Amino acid sequence: MAHEAHNLAIFRGSLKFKSNVSKIWGVFILLSLVTIVEVVLGIIRPDFLIEQKFLALNLLNWIFIILTIVKAYYITWDFMHMRDEVPGLRRAAVWTAVFLIAYMVTLLLIEGDYIFEVYKHGFIKFNF
Amino acid sequence: MEATVVKTGTEGKTWGGGNKPLKASYGKLMMWFFIVSDSLTFAGFLASYGMSRFKFIDAWPIADEVFTHFPFLHGVEAPMYYVALMTFILIFSSVTMVLAVDAGHRMKQKQVIFYMFLTIVGGFVFLGSQAWEWKTFIKGDYGAVETHGGQIIQFLNKDGKRVALGDFAAPYTGTRIAQEKGDGIWYNEDEEYLPSVSFEQVKAGFLANEDLLVRIPKKDENGKHIVLSREESIAKLVNDGNLVVEGANLRHNEYGHPLFADFFFFITGFHGFHVSIGVLLNCIVFFNVVLGTYERRGHYEMVEKVGLYWHFVDLVWVFVFTFFYLV
Repeated sequence: MAHEAHNLAIFRGSLKFKSNVSKIWGVFILLSLVTIVEVVLGIIRPDFLIEQKFLALNLLNWIFIILTIVKAYYITWDFMHMRDEVPGLRRAAVWTAVFLIAYMVTLLLIEGDYIFEVYKHGFIKFNF
Repeated sequence: MEATVVKTGTEGKTWGGGNKPLKASYGKLMMWFFIVSDSLTFAGFLASYGMSRFKFIDAWPIADEVFTHFPFLHGVEAPMYYVALMTFILIFSSVTMVLAVDAGHRMKQKQVIFYMFLTIVGGFVFLGSQAWEWKTFIKGDYGAVETHGGQIIQFLNKDGKRVALGDFAAPYTGTRIAQEKGDGIWYNEDEEYLPSVSFEQVKAGFLANEDLLVRIPKKDENGKHIVLSREESIAKLVNDGNLVVEGANLRHNEYGHPLFADFFFFITGFHGFHVSIGVLLNCIVFFNVVLGTYERRGHYEMVEKVGLYWHFVDLVWVFVFTFFYLV
């Protein structure tokens, strides 16, 4: 049986758990907190975050996307035990997926934005 | 008893296939292969959702106005709460799954049974929630009118509150006659799409009620749908209105652009399909745990492998939640 020894530290070692079970509950609390923050922001939608833009996306959406990636990190690293795998396996799975997804998303969003401009300035009338 | 491992006689030889350079078993590696490729599939769906949304960025439905229902709370506007609950259900069933994996490492059969059971219950609760979410979405809320150009126009009163079509549509005067074979060569046997009120009723009711306004999908600079003045509203409805839309399906969607409904059905449906498969796999492994298969095998790696799949399903939901409901 592999992985008798679990890596029990999260936040780059600043938070250490005594057992694997307590680490699981700790990560659950972290994920819940992040979700609660997302939901509260999603309900309130503070105006100052929506008005501020960074790279064509408002700050609120940036916060949502970053928090989602944080959640994805902890699900993969602690629930799927990526933290305990060898670096080779970790990189083979994570780097491949992250590179291909980032590439595809970038291309498709640029394309979508381009088509939006075509519709907006095109000769065909869509508003009827 | 090693039920799955076959000795090849090449153990320890670097190129003989007998060693494990990644310190993970064959089964776990293959599960990771599958997860990587499946995550690309989901990423493809979500990216094409993003592309379609960017195409119609100034007229895309606002999720907070679409998903406002909570079971047993009729008429209460509760955006987000229900999906938030679904997210918690799935995260919690992920926790019980990882606890089962942990108990498996320690060879505690009773604990594995208990946590696997909770995981399966969580899976069923999530699937039920999703079914309810679909039912509410398909049934629709206020109803809307689709124009000849495929735009959705929705109705508001003077206070800016949405108004249901049934509340202002003029009563129906004629009688609905079913077409029969004797009426002609071409006829509709059963109407595929039959709203509760006709477009003519809606138009008459709208013209008779001075308080009603029309809202179009196009958004202003604050990201709110533009509300037309009374004169513009009448012109829009009378000149462009075409048919009544209630609820959502793959062709018409009362909440806004049809692509929104298409992607909603496709992505949450595909995710729900994954959850059902996960529940099925969990059930199979659960019965194997109960029967003591893994106890005899000497390790609970099977629980770990379905665990990987189950967490992946949770992982996908985290992204679906963000891109469908939050952003």
